[in-house]
Amino acid sequence: MAKAKQVTGAVMVVGGGIAGMQSALDLANSGYYVYLVEKSPAIGGVMSQLDKTFPTNDCAM
Amino acid sequence: MDLDKCIACGACSDKCPKRIPNEYNEGLDKRKAAYVRYAQAVPLKYGIDAENCIYFQKGKCKACQKFCPTGAVNYDQQEEVRDIKVGSVIISAGFKPFDPTPYVQYSYANFPNVVTALEFERILAASGPWMGHLVRPSDEAEPKKIAWIQCVGSREVNTCDHPYCSAVCCMYAIKEAVIAKEHSHTDLDAAIFFMDMRTFGKDFERYYEGAQEDGVRFIRSRIHSISELEDRSLQIEYATEDGQARMETFDMVVLSQGLETAPETIELCQKLDINLSPGKFISTSCFEPVTTSRPGVYVCGALAGPKDIPLSVMEASAAACAAAGKLSSARGSLAQEQEFPEERPVAGDIPRVGVFVCSCGINIAGVVDVEAVAEYAKTLPYVTYVRNNLFSCSQDTQDKMAEVIAEEGLNRVVVAACTPRTHEPLFQETLVNAGLNKYLFEMANIRNQDSWVHSGDPAAATEKAKDLIRMAVAKAALLAPLQEVQLEVTPGALIIGGGVSGMNAALNLAAQGYTSHLVERDNALGGNARSLRVTAQNQPIAPYLDELRERIEAEPLITVHLNTTLKEGEGFVGNFKTTLAGDSGEEVVEHGVTLICTGAGEYKPNEYLYGQDPRVMTHLEIDQAVLGGELDLSEVNKAVFIQCVGSRDPERPYCSKVCCTHSVESALAIKEANPEAQVVILYRDIRTFGERELLYKEARSKGVLFVRYDLEHKPEVKATDDGLLVTVRDHVLDRDLLIEADLIGLATAIVSNRSNDLAQMFKIPMDSDGWFLEAHQKLRPVDFATDGVFMAGLAHYPKPLEEAVAQAQAAVARAVTVLSSKEMMLPGTVAFIDQRKCVGCGVCWTVCPYQAITQDDKGLAVVNEALCKGCGTCVASCRSGAPNLRGFTNQGVMAQIMAL
Repeated sequence: MAKAKQVTGAVMVVGGGIAGMQSALDLANSGYYVYLVEKSPAIGGVMSQLDKTFPTNDCAM
Repeated sequence: MDLDKCIACGACSDKCPKRIPNEYNEGLDKRKAAYVRYAQAVPLKYGIDAENCIYFQKGKCKACQKFCPTGAVNYDQQEEVRDIKVGSVIISAGFKPFDPTPYVQYSYANFPNVVTALEFERILAASGPWMGHLVRPSDEAEPKKIAWIQCVGSREVNTCDHPYCSAVCCMYAIKEAVIAKEHSHTDLDAAIFFMDMRTFGKDFERYYEGAQEDGVRFIRSRIHSISELEDRSLQIEYATEDGQARMETFDMVVLSQGLETAPETIELCQKLDINLSPGKFISTSCFEPVTTSRPGVYVCGALAGPKDIPLSVMEASAAACAAAGKLSSARGSLAQEQEFPEERPVAGDIPRVGVFVCSCGINIAGVVDVEAVAEYAKTLPYVTYVRNNLFSCSQDTQDKMAEVIAEEGLNRVVVAACTPRTHEPLFQETLVNAGLNKYLFEMANIRNQDSWVHSGDPAAATEKAKDLIRMAVAKAALLAPLQEVQLEVTPGALIIGGGVSGMNAALNLAAQGYTSHLVERDNALGGNARSLRVTAQNQPIAPYLDELRERIEAEPLITVHLNTTLKEGEGFVGNFKTTLAGDSGEEVVEHGVTLICTGAGEYKPNEYLYGQDPRVMTHLEIDQAVLGGELDLSEVNKAVFIQCVGSRDPERPYCSKVCCTHSVESALAIKEANPEAQVVILYRDIRTFGERELLYKEARSKGVLFVRYDLEHKPEVKATDDGLLVTVRDHVLDRDLLIEADLIGLATAIVSNRSNDLAQMFKIPMDSDGWFLEAHQKLRPVDFATDGVFMAGLAHYPKPLEEAVAQAQAAVARAVTVLSSKEMMLPGTVAFIDQRKCVGCGVCWTVCPYQAITQDDKGLAVVNEALCKGCGTCVASCRSGAPNLRGFTNQGVMAQIMAL
């Protein structure tokens, strides 16, 4: 029987914009440890700078 | 800054003497060197920008340290380098908005009233430099005329090397124009100068039409230049479609800047040895849309090609799925569930209410007399303990609170502080740590709703704080411990639809160790993709489908049910039970999640001689004929493609998204097979979004002709003795063109299957075009409001193959968040029915937005706690007062009101 390869149950997500945040949440909620790395002092990315969003005119924040 | 000590009171920023341009507002106003990026930032902690800090640069100041009430400022912090070990990596570094300075003709750098779209977002935002008042930068006067210029830094290789379409600018420009008109006190004249309007996504075309109805002007044109007049207004010189030079003056011009990859991100990718596309995005295959060239490294969002928020979110979940695929054996090895002490029973005990009054530094105490409020709280019924905290949310105070709850035997807790929206979970956890049920907690918001809004009247604010606390205590005394509903989860999925989405969903679930039933009503897997020749990257699709089928056959975790339909279904998240009807009779399957991958159909037109002349074919028919060897493209001499057949018309007011690219692909294939062939594409707007634009460019360079028509002058097709003849009105020449053809390709719409039965069975809504409606168009693109049901592929909206694959992976990632827990806890704040009062009138189950209430065998209402979200609509609607909401009972709410 082949020996199972040792894997690490952690993922690094580089960039904490809307995409990085969603990836991190999905992974953490499925039982993986996540390192979310963001160079600015807050997560949120460019979406946090938007006023409303298309096409629902929801507040981006 | 010591993040554990910072309580985000803002004192450091208030006292900081250094002002520098605020990048969050795109430099339109100033921020301090001690700052937080924006008011809702996560983590909500202040930081010091060392490059601009007077102390770091000149060695003195320290104002922030002096005024910080918690001693959080630490100038000795050093950069730390940490090595971490991970199983996979996701790169989601995003994009950089294009800087339009290189476009000399727009003079962005010189004219203050020429702004970028992101600057305009900040101008519109309530948190922006002018608090949402629509003004222009030069004189802060309200503009009466604003122009948007599209494709700045997109579809352009002379000024910048961006041959691609940025795929989002048409949408945000329309949105900004509509919102600006709403904000404006005058009848704002908004004009959008564009080449092709690319509103290709779900509900986008409707928004575009709505904007036209609202009076936004759309001017199909090419811009020559912008010049500034004496009053700083701007004159735009442009050429219309028919080649005429025009001029118009505006108060303000917004440049719809494109998306590009930041130079440091390109460097990072090169360092990691990850391949980039011609447009300098991370290159991926249509078959593996979130997988980079480097094994174990995945990508999502705008770094994988320019895209909007919903698609980024979809890809983000897809990347999570792909990244987790090879790690499932280590699931739960590093991330661990928290453990809590056993819960202390309080039923029957006399309420012992503890009140914690927070000063929030000076945020509350600077206005409200917290000492007086605390003294007052001691006089309230059932209150046995009161304490004033400087900062209730700091970790040491939390520990102290847990101690006090145990020592004093408190069985209800009221915290008078800030908002439950951000802090309720924190305090509830403190209760749990102290062995109390977390629902024995109530908050009084004496900051946001009191000290902040009544800062000018401390005496009244103090009285209001007392009122708020009295109300909270009155409710708290009536609180009962609530049990969270615990559900076992069946660790398997039902996937409805065996096309590309369903097949990918099944394989990705299997990779993560979960079983699935893949149900297909047809006699083979593959769906619409069986009729498709190539992807947008010119990869043949048939071998890919063969590979998927082989992998599915070899996968023991997947059970395929062909020629099978759904007979009936029941249940809810974690516990669905569905009856399948197939060749070998009926079978009941139990599943924890349901994936809707039912696809869509092709519109069959009744115009352009379709069905009357065999040389008039739809896209799928052409592809099928080529795949089957019945059509040899090298024998095609004169081909005409007609776009938007059945799309973007009053009956189907949406864009089918894939047809422009499909026609361009087919045109290129004909040109490849027969370079002498004449190929004409009759279009309304060419919507080759993202890097598909390169295909459009290639087609033009290879001599494919593009002629625009509009809905009022649709092309006409006639059969003559010599062949087919197409007549179309040319806008450039303003005359009819007659084009001969031996093949006419109709870019027909993608139409919904309108699966009403399915919608009812799984309680999922459908929009007016027949597409299933996701839980949130931006942030939950593959979820439904009904928990445990997800979707992927064309059932959601027309989309190309790579998006269907990404969406299937995304649906799996979302499904695994359910499947990976053996049992799930649902909130205890759900409705219940007092059946003694229920008359079975049916109002509650009619108004319930979650279909959580049904009729029992006595005809009375009964709540399914697994479906209830605790919205309280049933409580408000019942005339007999039979429903009640746990945690927000009528008695509790009335006690609060009576206490006021």
